[in-house]
Amino acid sequence: MIDWGAIFSNAAVELISPTTAAYALAALGLAVHFGYTGLLNFGQAGFMALGAYGYAISTLTFGFPVWASVLVGIGASVVFALILGIPTLRLRADYLAIVTIAAAEIVRLLFTTNTFQPVTGSANGLSGYKGGFADLNPIPPGTYGFGPFEYNAYDWWLRIVAWTVVILACLFTWQIMRSPWGRVIKGIREDEDAVRALGKNVYAYKMQSLILGGVFGTIAGMIFVLPRAVVPSNYQTSLTFFVYAILLLGGAATILGPVIGSMIFWVLLSFFSGFIARAVEAGWLPFMTSIQAGQLRFILVGVAIMLIVIYRPQGIFGNKKELAFVK
Amino acid sequence: MSNTHAVRNFTPRRVVLLLGLLLTALTFSTLGAGAAHADEINTDQYDYVLSGNVQFDGEPIEDVLISVEGSGYEAEVVTDADGKWRIGVPEKETYSVALDEDTLPKGVVVAKGGAEIDAEFGLTKVKSVNFFLGEGERSTVSFFDQFVNRFVNGLNFGLLLALAAIGMSLIFGTTGLSNFAHAEMITFGALATLTLSVTMGLPIWVAIIIAILLSGVFGFGLDAAVWKPLRKKGVGLIPLMIVSIGLSLALRYVFQLFYGGGTSQLPGSGMADLKFGPIALSPIDMWSMGISVLVLLAVAFFLLRTRIGKATRAVSDNPSLASASGIDVDGVIRIVWIVGGALAGLSGILWAYFRPGVSWDMGFQILLLVFAATTLGGLGTAFGALVGSIIVGLFVELSTLWLPSDLKYVGALVVLILVLLLRPQGILGRKERIG
Amino acid sequence: MSNNIVPTAKPVKTVDMHIGEAVPGCKKKDPILVVDGVSRTFGGLKAVDVEHLEIPRGAITALIGPNGAGKTTLFNLLTGFDKPDTGSWTFEGTSIGGMAAFKVARMGQVRTFQLTKALGLLTVMDNMLLGAKAQVGENLFRAVLPFLWRQQEADNRVKALDLLARFKLDTKKDDYAASLSGGQRKLLEMARALMSDPTLVMLDEPMAGVNPALTQSLLDHILNLKAEGMSVLFVEHDMHMVRHIADWVIVMAEGKVVAEGDPHEVMRNQAVIDAYLGQHHDEDLGEDPDAEKEHVGAIKELLDDEL
Repeated sequence: MIDWGAIFSNAAVELISPTTAAYALAALGLAVHFGYTGLLNFGQAGFMALGAYGYAISTLTFGFPVWASVLVGIGASVVFALILGIPTLRLRADYLAIVTIAAAEIVRLLFTTNTFQPVTGSANGLSGYKGGFADLNPIPPGTYGFGPFEYNAYDWWLRIVAWTVVILACLFTWQIMRSPWGRVIKGIREDEDAVRALGKNVYAYKMQSLILGGVFGTIAGMIFVLPRAVVPSNYQTSLTFFVYAILLLGGAATILGPVIGSMIFWVLLSFFSGFIARAVEAGWLPFMTSIQAGQLRFILVGVAIMLIVIYRPQGIFGNKKELAFVK
Repeated sequence: MSNTHAVRNFTPRRVVLLLGLLLTALTFSTLGAGAAHADEINTDQYDYVLSGNVQFDGEPIEDVLISVEGSGYEAEVVTDADGKWRIGVPEKETYSVALDEDTLPKGVVVAKGGAEIDAEFGLTKVKSVNFFLGEGERSTVSFFDQFVNRFVNGLNFGLLLALAAIGMSLIFGTTGLSNFAHAEMITFGALATLTLSVTMGLPIWVAIIIAILLSGVFGFGLDAAVWKPLRKKGVGLIPLMIVSIGLSLALRYVFQLFYGGGTSQLPGSGMADLKFGPIALSPIDMWSMGISVLVLLAVAFFLLRTRIGKATRAVSDNPSLASASGIDVDGVIRIVWIVGGALAGLSGILWAYFRPGVSWDMGFQILLLVFAATTLGGLGTAFGALVGSIIVGLFVELSTLWLPSDLKYVGALVVLILVLLLRPQGILGRKERIG
Repeated sequence: MSNNIVPTAKPVKTVDMHIGEAVPGCKKKDPILVVDGVSRTFGGLKAVDVEHLEIPRGAITALIGPNGAGKTTLFNLLTGFDKPDTGSWTFEGTSIGGMAAFKVARMGQVRTFQLTKALGLLTVMDNMLLGAKAQVGENLFRAVLPFLWRQQEADNRVKALDLLARFKLDTKKDDYAASLSGGQRKLLEMARALMSDPTLVMLDEPMAGVNPALTQSLLDHILNLKAEGMSVLFVEHDMHMVRHIADWVIVMAEGKVVAEGDPHEVMRNQAVIDAYLGQHHDEDLGEDPDAEKEHVGAIKELLDDEL
């Protein structure tokens, strides 16, 4: 018989997992880029990689304390956004998409190459940078929680920090999107020339949006690697596509969308793969192996992206009247 | 004079499942099961075994040094009289397997795929690793010779890219779609050929021709089932692009579902190089370039001389104007998808011989280069796609003269970004408001 | 195109603005915009080739000409939406040749578009608020602190409501602009442009696509602009509208300014007739004498004063 209890509890823990938080924050960054400003940034994986490597390298190679490592990551993010933005923000949307993918791939290739192996660990990546963060933990050692939500002090610390960051980012974004700045951004999303004719420096606004969403992605990258190791193969284009799937599911131009979307996404994905894996074990699906069960998840995500964009492009929380990219 | 081919077996690391599961892969074992009497080390200590068979021209080679490294573990062994070797490894991880070329007999080098291969385990506890050996000298080669060699390789690569890029460019021109699923149309051709020739045993030429036809059908099918209904529904260009991304993701993993995560070889790959002065080309390379050129000429003839071809260029240039002039735009789009699909399939087959190897994500690996080529040359122009592809191909290969080979795609991508900076409409594109 | 509109009030024309004879490029007593040597070529075709042009202040100037004459291109060049090959021009004495579009707008020179750019995904009120100048809240860092911009926003809101009331759009202030009719969107675009208190308002075919019932209202609003001290430059094809409200007419053909002057006199100008008749003017249409008469007849009708 299938262990439903295990399937459900494994899925439930995804609700507060730091990975879910990281993806939520990355999706929020993309909400700023794509949902609110209409920038087709397909290089969010690159921003996340910069956060991960920026933090890890600062800690490991230079021995920086936590706050300095974080700043280095953010600094790298801003520089990357500038390098990306200066040539491309004057180009059409799909040009921006291709250039951002190319730039993210360049970043990944640079981190993977053996040339920089002493610093980046090339294909094997980096680990052993969690110490500084763990040292900041005020929670005394021990296990806390109940049921499936039982974690040690470090894991709880990580979750608290991660979700606090997400909430702060949400509040910040909510506030600026209600402000005149947000109004200009939404105008740009629909028609740049109209906004230009009203005396707004469109280019500067797009750059600010790119930097802001990029910084979110970078911090997300740092949160992402705190429970695991920094491995360059994690930052391929498929990562960006997953973040887009979450964004579209939740609602591209909303604040709640990226967060709830990330939760739903990971819970569903965990449930689905848990179910399929156990069904295969129990012999319910004799034509499939458990490896193929793993591959089914990705097929599901791909099909889900297609269906959402065609039939409910505003996602769960979005407002169809305000959708700019459906034209 | 020859040297090791610049093409590394560019196998990207698999994505580590975010829930902590390893994505394991099925592999096709291309060699028979290991014999009992191989030179081995640590196979009694550990459960997992990497093994292989070093042969040249059907003859086993003895005393070749094979070393394995990964996950903090290192070991090495020499091949026995049958050319076989086995190394036990402690974990089911990915290891780097290297062949020491200095221990190869004189005149034999690792021809394709590089002397270092990443090996990942499949379901079983034994993983076989094979090196392609060919004739060659390992003496230092002059810069000019290297340059010429890579130039020719770059042309070869560029030509096969062009086949895919032209299709993508025409699809963009006629329908406005930036087709991410083109990667899977490329992979499809190679996978179809693999099934037809290896699994079903058809002669390779028959398999290739049928695979190209099937690719055309695949293209037509995608348009009929997915793109045409969406166009009729009036879905915008950006949602269409996102749909193509989802489709690409789904198709890629469907391929992995059926073909596994490993790499297989098409019959005839790994042929030894023939030498023409400083240039070393295998017969496969020559066939590849020849076929590419012929097909490209045929496409050019089609576009320039035939009525349908001119209609295609008209629609690609300005769909509404073409429609108003009485051209059957739907019919043209149908043809573009069939021809684009067939060309992509052929491109995939040639890419399978160039890499060498057929895998579920092989199209995705070069998708970005194909995008770069079409954007460089000018989106929507077929000839621009050709020019852009040659440039990208040359850049990728020639950059290895200065850059380490695992950075060679970076060169092409940087060129893309630079061209967009200076000439956003691409080399042959028309200047319209781009921003 | 409406041929028989009559504005509610007979407009008071501003006259005697030029110095010397009314020829192309003549100087004005009080020019707000002075254009020198502007040219723009598109792939071998010279779209705009204007030697000298001055737009008078405080008047309504019409820019007319057959299709392809270069009117919209000139508009785009002057407002910074396109870059000229050569040329310079000054606005209120400041050189703005080559200045970016948004800076030109900030200087007080606003424009509307032939295909209305009312932002349909924003509400009418949001559209209006976008038009306001120098908003503190539009700075990213200050946006996070509402107390810095709340008062200014409230003030802008009052101004917006006032303008909307004038344009009879106040009841629609919370509706999405996409739900407005085409004519209402034109009005919204005009109202929005006025939020920044411009000095020169440039309208690109304001009557295009507007149903006849609304053209009345639009004309009155344009006359109002002059009453409030703004200068107006508009591109139009509708000759009757031009004749009724324009104080000065500039005629372009094939990229050049071929005539300038009082609306009535300009219509009788031989160069203008040539421009509208086009190439066939010089050809011998002798085979069909009636054909020639028909062409000339049509122009004569156009020139007739129906009032």
